[in-house]
Amino acid sequence: MSSLLRLATAGSVDDGKSTLVGRLLYDTKSVLADQLDAVTRASVDKGLSTPDLSLLVDGLRSEREQGITIDVAYRYFATPKRSFVLADTPGHVQYTRNTVTGASTAQLAVLLVDARKGVIEQTRRHAAVLSLLGVPQLVLAVNKIDLIDYDEATFAVIADEFQSHAKSLGYQDGTVLSIPVSALEGDNVASKSDRTPWYLGPTLLEHLENVPVAPDPHDAAFRFPVQYVIRPRTPEYPDYRGYAGQIAAGTVRPGDAVVVLPQGLHTTVERIDTPDGPLEEAGAGSSVTILLADDFDIARGELIASAERQPAVTDEISAALCWLSSKPLKAGAQVWVKHGAKTVKAIVEELNARFDEQTLSTVGDPESLQLNDIGQVTLRLAEELPVDDYKLSPRTGAFIVIDPKDGDTLAAGLVGERFA
Amino acid sequence: MTTLEPATDAAQDNLAALESEAIHIFREVAGEFDRPVILFSGGKDSTLLLHLAIKAFWPAPVPFPLLHVDTGHNFDEVIEFRDRVVEKHGLRLVVAKVQDWIDDGKLEERADGLRNPLQTTPLLETIAENKFDAVFGGGRRDEERARAKERIFSLRNAFGQWEPRRQRPELWNLYNGRHRPGEQVRVFPLSNWTEADVWNYIAREKVELPSIYYAHQREVYQRDGMWLAEGPWGGPKPHEEVKELTVRYRTVGDGSCTGAIESTAATVEEVIAEVSASRLTERGATRADDRMSEAAMEDRKREGYF
Repeated sequence: MSSLLRLATAGSVDDGKSTLVGRLLYDTKSVLADQLDAVTRASVDKGLSTPDLSLLVDGLRSEREQGITIDVAYRYFATPKRSFVLADTPGHVQYTRNTVTGASTAQLAVLLVDARKGVIEQTRRHAAVLSLLGVPQLVLAVNKIDLIDYDEATFAVIADEFQSHAKSLGYQDGTVLSIPVSALEGDNVASKSDRTPWYLGPTLLEHLENVPVAPDPHDAAFRFPVQYVIRPRTPEYPDYRGYAGQIAAGTVRPGDAVVVLPQGLHTTVERIDTPDGPLEEAGAGSSVTILLADDFDIARGELIASAERQPAVTDEISAALCWLSSKPLKAGAQVWVKHGAKTVKAIVEELNARFDEQTLSTVGDPESLQLNDIGQVTLRLAEELPVDDYKLSPRTGAFIVIDPKDGDTLAAGLVGERFA
Repeated sequence: MTTLEPATDAAQDNLAALESEAIHIFREVAGEFDRPVILFSGGKDSTLLLHLAIKAFWPAPVPFPLLHVDTGHNFDEVIEFRDRVVEKHGLRLVVAKVQDWIDDGKLEERADGLRNPLQTTPLLETIAENKFDAVFGGGRRDEERARAKERIFSLRNAFGQWEPRRQRPELWNLYNGRHRPGEQVRVFPLSNWTEADVWNYIAREKVELPSIYYAHQREVYQRDGMWLAEGPWGGPKPHEEVKELTVRYRTVGDGSCTGAIESTAATVEEVIAEVSASRLTERGATRADDRMSEAAMEDRKREGYF
């Protein structure tokens, strides 16, 4: 089992996300005395009788003033079973882009709803974004269960509605769990509540500790974006030429047949080097240095890939874009695309469709993509890139879109047709 | 800020993942920027940063210089350590001395004698003068609430300022280093590390630290609830009683605001055991500058501090 779980929270404003995260930190004893003292003092200043746990996480001055979360924040907590990196994302509609940010690396997402309101527009929108990004596991935390008197029937209605929505987004049984919680009172967060005797499932924390994290498929095709060329030219290493990078997918062993793309050079892996010694095998996520059998001239931005299972090399890609900028996108726009360690110029040739998260259907030929829109586009690239379908290989199927004028990140891009 | 425990097998996997991520970040900056620099104070986080940089480019040398913003209120052991490390790895060290700015009349000594808040101007001017476009810092998101909001690649405007509402979304491991002339990017390879991870990794890799991180005898006096050592920061005052105690330091910064803790932990393992039992965060315990206001760190970051 993986020792580290990366998770993201999502939900709409005022449904208690910061309180839930504060509760998780508090109940896992990840909050130390001086931090709690600071929160207690601030709560007293606000006229509260108990510590406001949301103050543990709302770190910015304007957040505390407004009582809302503005920007994605990362939290760390651990239990004896697992370490957790939690991307705590804001719920305001104008900050949906932060949900995309938090979810891009998440293995699980906790969606919050207010038990009094149930599944709302924002819940559906967030679930659609999570599905698009391929977040494998969802938890629906039905919060403020204390405010509906721990009513089983209301919970069941919300859970059923969400399960069927998630199913239509492609989530199979066993990947979605609904839990009745009260972040404020602590029910079913870290300890089982005796006020919900009808709920037989795990607490939120138990589930986070035990949920299986789908490992990188061991049979995925090897992908290695060349990040940096290591050429010491020192007396000790006069001829050393190593290609440094982080394995994006699959595994590699010395002797493996590989191809360098887009050049199309064929060779074999001679050695997998690390400062701690050479490796017999290295897998996805490892930062290593690869030495090849032939003395080719390979630069940052190229991809070393399995010779048997190569990605498509193309200068025209169909992709879904999550548009994260307040500057709208129109067809014909010139942008930069960063894929792996390569940044190339690109033109958005066509806006083919816009996805409607409410009806889970597409609207053809949109005029533009606005902030938080998800669209299907065709991009023409100035240079060929080796790309995979995001569904098959997320790290080599993902890219970001950059504004050539000011360098802002405009969009998250996912190669392939994402919605029919 | 989480409980520290000796690393289990699962935690070792976690450390390997954190190491791999940090190495990826170093190489990304080397590939995308013209003039990166590593902020290096000789403290444990920047020592760890340098250790990871050396691993990232091995067997080639680290392709960046180091920058120390020197408040002048140093512990001798730390400066000795700093210079020894620079020498050992054949690195280039740029030192920006706060004293030089005070002598030039560009900065004024504060009434309370604290010099940490005075570091921002020398830092920004030295960055500009050397045209550094990427500046590595050892900041961790677990240290403080405002830091929890920090990106790994954090764009600063031409004034070095951080604007938390206008941060770039950071997606997958695709870091965006684009910046306009005059702008700079602060880079935090240790973003996802906790204090526990840092100490467990130091134990695993046998990283040498300045000796003051481990228990030793020192003459100290009490001020604002902290044990301070004698130094050029104006202490002890006549009414401040000096005692010889067995102490160590949990963080290393400017001597005027970094307190020692009473401790007998003399090895990494003993430090890990001690910190895991502590009910105080490292900064809450021994850093006066973070206590100044509820948003002290945020305000300093907005000005250009790390």
